[in-house]
Parts: sequence; structure tokens; C-alpha cells
Amino acid sequence: MIALWIITGVALLASLAADRRKTRASLLKGLRMFWGILPMLLGVLVLVSLVLAEVTPEMLQQVLSGTGPITFFTALGIGSIALMPGFIAYPLAGLLRQNGASTPVLAAFITSLMMVGVLTLPVEARFFGWRVSLLRNALAFIGAVLVAAGMAWVLP
Amino acid sequence: MNVRRKALPVVGKLWPWIAVVAVAGLWAYGRFGGGPAFGLRAGESLRDFVVEMALVLPPMFVLVGLFEVWVPRAVIERHVGRNSGAAAVFWMVLLATVQAGPLYGAFPVAVSLWRKGCAPRNVFIYLGAFSAMKIPMLTFEVAFLGWSFSLARTLITLPVFIAIGVLMERMLPDGFVLPAVDASLNGAPRATRHDCAPEPKGRRPGSANHATEEGE
Repeated sequence: MIALWIITGVALLASLAADRRKTRASLLKGLRMFWGILPMLLGVLVLVSLVLAEVTPEMLQQVLSGTGPITFFTALGIGSIALMPGFIAYPLAGLLRQNGASTPVLAAFITSLMMVGVLTLPVEARFFGWRVSLLRNALAFIGAVLVAAGMAWVLP
Repeated sequence: MNVRRKALPVVGKLWPWIAVVAVAGLWAYGRFGGGPAFGLRAGESLRDFVVEMALVLPPMFVLVGLFEVWVPRAVIERHVGRNSGAAAVFWMVLLATVQAGPLYGAFPVAVSLWRKGCAPRNVFIYLGAFSAMKIPMLTFEVAFLGWSFSLARTLITLPVFIAIGVLMERMLPDGFVLPAVDASLNGAPRATRHDCAPEPKGRRPGSANHATEEGE
């Protein structure tokens, strides 16, 4: 995270040193894009916050701490819908494993959480259009199943 | 979207801000007014999300802006364009793994690459690598789930999202056009669309800086 800011700062200074007008143009471009996406993004984040306020980590632990196909598909479903920062998702996954969640369940949860984003679809559609976004999410969902199956095979 | 904006111009544009204020109000009610814990939890997770967004998005958008102005189209086309080979996968994965943050932070980068002539399959390989192989995230994963889990998951995921990228490119309709993301800074959304064709896009009213983009 800090590295990202440092790299950006250095790039910005280099650009300023090279050409001030171009730098101004590029900042305007970035700002326009940011402003174009911000309202939709805020709306989605509010929605996710409301959902997360209703679904507590304790509830997720209860639902996901088992083995078997039902837990597996629950993990896949929750992972696909939810949006969680990594610093919340991984500690949760660690807890799930301590509570007896199997490797495929963990892999299904983590992979679908990262690759599929049902709640963020409106944001994604703003960038890519609905058709591409739905297609990507559908393929990523199938991909998450494949990864989980592969994990079950490699780490039984 | 446009129809709704015309019908309800004010609410259509302001609803996300109203929603943010509403959640903040719920939080304050829970914190100071003895309201339900639900509002408190919603406010706290919204705060987490906004902090995450504020940490990641500003540098991302500055970098995207610099990229659009400085990086010549020919470079992107040569290395990761339609006719690029396996090395392109390496470049996309490298670009993705050194980044951090939520997936929606990668969308502007992906769109920008695409407009510069990056092949769609490589755009989706980038998104896949971003979602599953970011190094900052892997350190978290190793800490909580262990080396063997992390390594196995990464190695299995890599071919899966290369396949997703190739499939996406094949399944895209002919003449597919990316929607315009940019809002003009005085508020109204842009009506023009960006074209993915390699020819200059043009016809963007009020965009004085546009001429510099393809000029390299």
C-alpha cells in the first residue's frame, strides 16, 4: 500500500519534470474517471455494509465450519456475493479452518470471494458493460469450482 | 440509467451520497442515541470500506491518468496486444502481483489497458491475477492458511484464469465497445462512447487534452 503511494509520487514527479501540461492532462483524465465511478461505488459499498451488518462473522463461522457438499456450495455462494477486504477475509478463513472447515470449502470461499463479485457487478458494468461483466463473473464462478476441486485433489 | 436520470434528475444523481449520510446517521444513532447495534456495525464496515478505497483509489487513478498520457499505444500493442504470445501473460501477472487493494481498483487499469490496444484475453488475465495473486494479499494468506495452501491455490488458479481470459476473448461479440467511464467534471455523465478499434477515438467534446493522447 505504501509502495503504491511512493511509486505514484515518483511517477508524478517525473511526469511533472518532463512536461507540466501533459501531467495536468493526465491528472484531469484520472480525476474524470474517478468522478465517473465514485457514486456507483459508494452506493455498492453502502449496500455491502448493510448486508455485512446483518451477517456477522459468527454466523459465517457456523455455516462454513463443516465439510460436505452443502457447506461447499454455501461457501461458494457466500464468497461470490460478498465483498470483504483481505485483512478481514483471511483471519476469518483461519478461524474457519480451526473450526474444522475442509480445504475445498476454504478454497471455494477464498477463491470465489476474490474472483466473483455479485454485489460489485454494477461497478464492474460501469467499466465493461453488463454483458462482459456477467460473462466474466460466470466464468470466474466456474473457475472457483475448478480451483476448489483441484485443491481437494492436491491437498486432501 | 439515462431514462431514470431524466425522470428523477436529483435523486438519480445524489442517491449514493444520501445513502452514505443515512448509514452515518444510523451509526450515530447507535453510538450516541441508544439505537440498535445494526447501525453501529453497518457504519463501522462502511468506514472500513471507505478507508480502503481512499488508500487505494487515488494513486490508482493518478497512475492510470499518467499511463494514458505517457505510454505509447504501440508499446502496449507490441507486448500485450492481439498478436502477443506467452510473454504477455508474464507481463500481466507481474503487473497485477505488485498491486494491492480490492478488485474494483483494478477495473480502471484494465479498461485503460484495453483502450490502449491490450488484447482482451490479457486484460482478463490481468484481472484474474489481480484478484488471486497480489503479493500483499499472499502474505496474509500464508500467515493464516499456511504455505502449502497458498502455493497450491496460486498454482492451480494461474491456468484457470488464463483459460478464463482466452474464453472471454473468444466469447466477446464482434465490434464490442467499452462503455465510457469518464464523467465530465461539471457533473453530467458523458454521452460519448470509447471505441476499442485501434484508430483514434475522437469526438469527445470538451476534452482539450485528447489530442495529446495518441500523439506519441
